[in-house]
Amino acid sequence: MSYDRAITVFSPDGHLFQVEYAMEAVKRGSAVVGVRGADSVVLGVERKAVAQLQDARTIRKIAKLDENLTIAFAGFTADARVLIEKARIEAQSYRLTCEDAPSIDYMARHIAKTQQSYTQRGGVRPFGVSSMISGFNADKSPQLYLTDPAGTYSAWKANAIGGRNEKAVQEFLEKNWTASLAEADAIRLTVKALLEVVDSGSKNMELAVSRYGQPVRILKEEELEVIIADIEREIEEAKKEAAGASAAAGTSMEI
Amino acid sequence: MDSVFALVGDGYAIVAADASAARSILVFKHDEDKIMELDSHKLLVGAGVPADCAHFNEYIQRNLTLYELNNDIKLSTHGSANYIRGELATALRKGPYQSNLLLAGYDAQDGVSLYHMDYMASLSKVNFGAHGYAANFILSVFDRDWKKGMNLQEGLEVVRRCIHELRTRFLISQPVFILKVVDAAGTRVVTL
Repeated sequence: MSYDRAITVFSPDGHLFQVEYAMEAVKRGSAVVGVRGADSVVLGVERKAVAQLQDARTIRKIAKLDENLTIAFAGFTADARVLIEKARIEAQSYRLTCEDAPSIDYMARHIAKTQQSYTQRGGVRPFGVSSMISGFNADKSPQLYLTDPAGTYSAWKANAIGGRNEKAVQEFLEKNWTASLAEADAIRLTVKALLEVVDSGSKNMELAVSRYGQPVRILKEEELEVIIADIEREIEEAKKEAAGASAAAGTSMEI
Repeated sequence: MDSVFALVGDGYAIVAADASAARSILVFKHDEDKIMELDSHKLLVGAGVPADCAHFNEYIQRNLTLYELNNDIKLSTHGSANYIRGELATALRKGPYQSNLLLAGYDAQDGVSLYHMDYMASLSKVNFGAHGYAANFILSVFDRDWKKGMNLQEGLEVVRRCIHELRTRFLISQPVFILKVVDAAGTRVVTL
């Protein structure tokens, strides 16, 4: 029927179709992976191939919200831009009023609140954006938050949004995330997860690493190439071993 | 009652402010830092009603940080001066900020520059400036001793003479002054 006309209307079986369609829009965005380590948080984004005439440097999927908070998003770039600007204003306003940095929970809640308010008003549509926010709690522990077009937000140990196959990457993370990952391991896990859906090569992904009290570090292309090459070598060796093992098993069975 | 002054030298600017926070006959503290770092290469100091000065400076600092986050680049000194003046002007016919300002900044395009603003939203680019009662004494010292292209030592010597003049001739005792320098490397505190 036409329960997807105005977003302020529920369908008979309790769906808000516009919100669900917004989540579909997120799935069509390029992939973002977030991994929380023992003392670091890594955000990795897929960098889709740019048109020949386009200047790749002006396309940014990882943005700074505040001195200690970084955000990456999947979905409509334009919607994300608006959301990020609202969040930045809120962060500065908080700093002006409270003379203190806003906590990551506060910022995630604010962004989620904004996204929710656009699902309960006439004449507007939801933001077609899911975001991942990385930062640290007051006790220096790393934190990763996720928001979605419905306005839900929660903290995660690791997650993936957008990309060719969101589910596959999420399953990969579930299988491979362990507690107390060192920074290098968190980076490797993020790259491996991205490689599930992204073509290999440092020009196809961008990684941002956050540590407590330090400005966020975007990995240089050379650094990323080394890590990707290392991971691929590991995969090759694992394949050879598996092939060798099955060959050995084959010969023994003949006997 | 604030004494606030600044000068431009060769590739740097010195901003000086007294460090007393007082009301009527009572001095609260002698280590009040009135010179705000707006960002890595700008200093803003206000003289006037303490609440307005502090609040306005913080407001400007937050807005310049927002600009930097949104645009990935710092606003130039010239741009900031005009932005600040605009805020003063808008507030003037509503609820004026009773704050007289000096803005010193470094940017790659214009080098070091100093801007003088008053609470009625006037704006001028200057080589040296002063606000408060102290201006009556300090401007005379600057008129006589300021020269174009002074190095940091010479600039600090002029500042030392200004402070000496205040201590000799100004009625109000201001034992402590805070001095900050802005140049290509950023902002830092200096001592005489």
